[in-house]
Amino acid sequence: MRLRSTIGYFCTALAFGLAAAPTARASVLDDVKQRGVLNCATGDAIPGFSYLNPKTSKMEGLDVDLCRATAAAVLGDPDKVHFVIVTGKSRFNTVTTGQADVGFFSTTVYPVRESAIAVDFLPINFYDAGGFMVKASTGVETVKDLAGGTICTTQGTATEVALANLFKSQNITDIKVLTFDSADKVFAALGSGRCNAMATDKTALASWRGSSPKPDDYIILREGTGKSPFAGFVVANDSKWRNLLRWTVFGLFQAEEWGITTANLDEMKKSPDPVIRKFLGVEGGMGEDFHVSNSFMADMIKAVGNYGEMYDRSLGPKTPYYIDRTGTPNASWVNGGLLYSPPWE
Amino acid sequence: MIEAKTKLWRSSLATPSVKRYVARVRYKLTHGAVVAAVIGLLILIALAIHQNLTSRGIDFSFAYLSAPSRFGISEGLAPVWTGWAPIFESVDATSSNLGMLEAGLFNTLKVALLAITFSTLVGVALGVLRLSTNWLVRNLAFAIGEFIRNTPILIQLMFWYFAVLLQLPSSGSATKVSKWLVVEQSGVFLPLPHLSDSAGPASGFFVAVAIAFLAAACLRRFPARWRIALLGVGLCAIGASYALGFGINLDWPVLGRFGATGGLHFTPEMSAILITIIVNSAGYISEIVRGGIEGLAKGQWEAAAALGLSRGDTIRDIVLPQVFRIIIPSLTNRYISLTKDTAIGIAIGFPELFNVSGTVANQSGRDFETVIVVMTIYLLLSWLISALANFVNRRIALERA
Repeated sequence: MRLRSTIGYFCTALAFGLAAAPTARASVLDDVKQRGVLNCATGDAIPGFSYLNPKTSKMEGLDVDLCRATAAAVLGDPDKVHFVIVTGKSRFNTVTTGQADVGFFSTTVYPVRESAIAVDFLPINFYDAGGFMVKASTGVETVKDLAGGTICTTQGTATEVALANLFKSQNITDIKVLTFDSADKVFAALGSGRCNAMATDKTALASWRGSSPKPDDYIILREGTGKSPFAGFVVANDSKWRNLLRWTVFGLFQAEEWGITTANLDEMKKSPDPVIRKFLGVEGGMGEDFHVSNSFMADMIKAVGNYGEMYDRSLGPKTPYYIDRTGTPNASWVNGGLLYSPPWE
Repeated sequence: MIEAKTKLWRSSLATPSVKRYVARVRYKLTHGAVVAAVIGLLILIALAIHQNLTSRGIDFSFAYLSAPSRFGISEGLAPVWTGWAPIFESVDATSSNLGMLEAGLFNTLKVALLAITFSTLVGVALGVLRLSTNWLVRNLAFAIGEFIRNTPILIQLMFWYFAVLLQLPSSGSATKVSKWLVVEQSGVFLPLPHLSDSAGPASGFFVAVAIAFLAAACLRRFPARWRIALLGVGLCAIGASYALGFGINLDWPVLGRFGATGGLHFTPEMSAILITIIVNSAGYISEIVRGGIEGLAKGQWEAAAALGLSRGDTIRDIVLPQVFRIIIPSLTNRYISLTKDTAIGIAIGFPELFNVSGTVANQSGRDFETVIVVMTIYLLLSWLISALANFVNRRIALERA
């Protein structure tokens, strides 16, 4: 009798618990603050963006820095971040199921990801284009030359879809697409000759080429698969969290525009411009309304610098993966690029 | 009061048959209640999941299965139904998501069936060798089995793919070695036999007749004169079908821009997973076979020896037939786990069911639905294998009883 009533209570409690669970869901922001650590979904095999450097055994790259910047803005410390390593296939699930709070993983913005996959994108932080890399010895110059061959790429990526569309539009039929679960396997397959071309974002191709022992063995075709803008993403329908992260990314652009760097941060705090003073949380501040510290922008810039500094650290001239920003969409809008922050007041 | 009433009721009606009836009803009610509770719980969980998905802005529907997949896979055929028989066609970006899953299932089944066949052959051979009287052979078989069973299958797959198959001569250079067999980095190529274009249904009929008669001619139960007649009719049927335009052409592998194309093509991914699973399962099957042989009564060996049978004859005619009866349940388990093992193909980009389903889920955003579909397919697959094995087991066990 006792057992039976216990089971009864258990079932009732479970039923209520399950039914009540969805309604009690709070913002990710509250979870992160309570936990004290930001779970950030990123990769470990894309040099320049999200890469576990085997020489230093440290995570580095633009996406990794964006994770650290977010941790600095939300929790005041860039090291309070836990990297959740994902693949092209698992990245959205990791975020929608709450295993990670935000994802920065060279992720191309396109509609189905916001409509069917149910993530919300943050502002675009890098403008890339899809491309092909082949072995120089094969003599391939255009995509049409690849007919009859095998093209390799990573699974669950925008490239996978872009390839299918490109072949359709160019009426190339006898081409095989072989997909692996990570980019290092794709590059290994290209190197061994299993693949006649590797297809992914051009910057990633450039960094793989740069990291190979003999970069001249590989060439990147002029033709490509089209636009590929990268943005971070968070779970859908959580404005509180999304808006905060949206403005932290804008803040990185704005800091570059104003010339606020890690080095001159203390000087800039004395700026006569009331907007800059408010931006840095010297007088009042904007953090409070976002439910974080008023000094969130100052904390972030102190930790990782502005967008330009982050870019130089990961993709600048001193790195093996140098990609010139000048005259490209990746320059700040004041230099004719597309990186633009709305006004802060 | 109530107690008194109950006692009264019991004392007046409690004959043994009524007691049994009451017990049976109580038993059924309890069972019914448990089943109802489990079903109710499942419905509650489903509702909660549904509510959770809705609150995240995700709806639940299988309509995406008929939508175009928008991506391509490296190999795989899906059935296209035109009339009563399916035609297997390569899938591409215009195929539906369901078509993609079917192509994945096709690849899974292809590997599973080939692996079941060959791992059994290799495994039985290894198992018999483990009991060889030759020290070297015995211990070599033992070492191979131990090595295979004590290293992770995923690492074995990586080894076969990256360290063996991708180290083969690069495309183009090996093509002229042999016309019959081309082994290079982009795979193994063999000539593919196929029907000539002029073959029609009439010629096909004569081929079937020829096969039937020639097969009958091989049976020893018919008298010699009959068999010669059957052979004659069979040969006539062959002649007739040839006259009607029947023929088998070989589709040869030829040198293309990026190495060999055409013919029967085993991609390196397919070859790697096939080798891995065959070798791995053979290791386990050898253990099952050895156990079966050792479990056999010693008297069987001694009786065979007393009859003057050689060791080879004893194994073939006395031991193995009995061993197979014992080991079928263990083999079934192995076949089921082998079929599920094909899911590691994802590690080397072989488009088997699990791999393709991940891409379908990711590109359509329908993870939950796809997981349900794929789990159902694997479940049905495992049930099918065990049903077949049970059928065989029952047939063999009958003789024994």
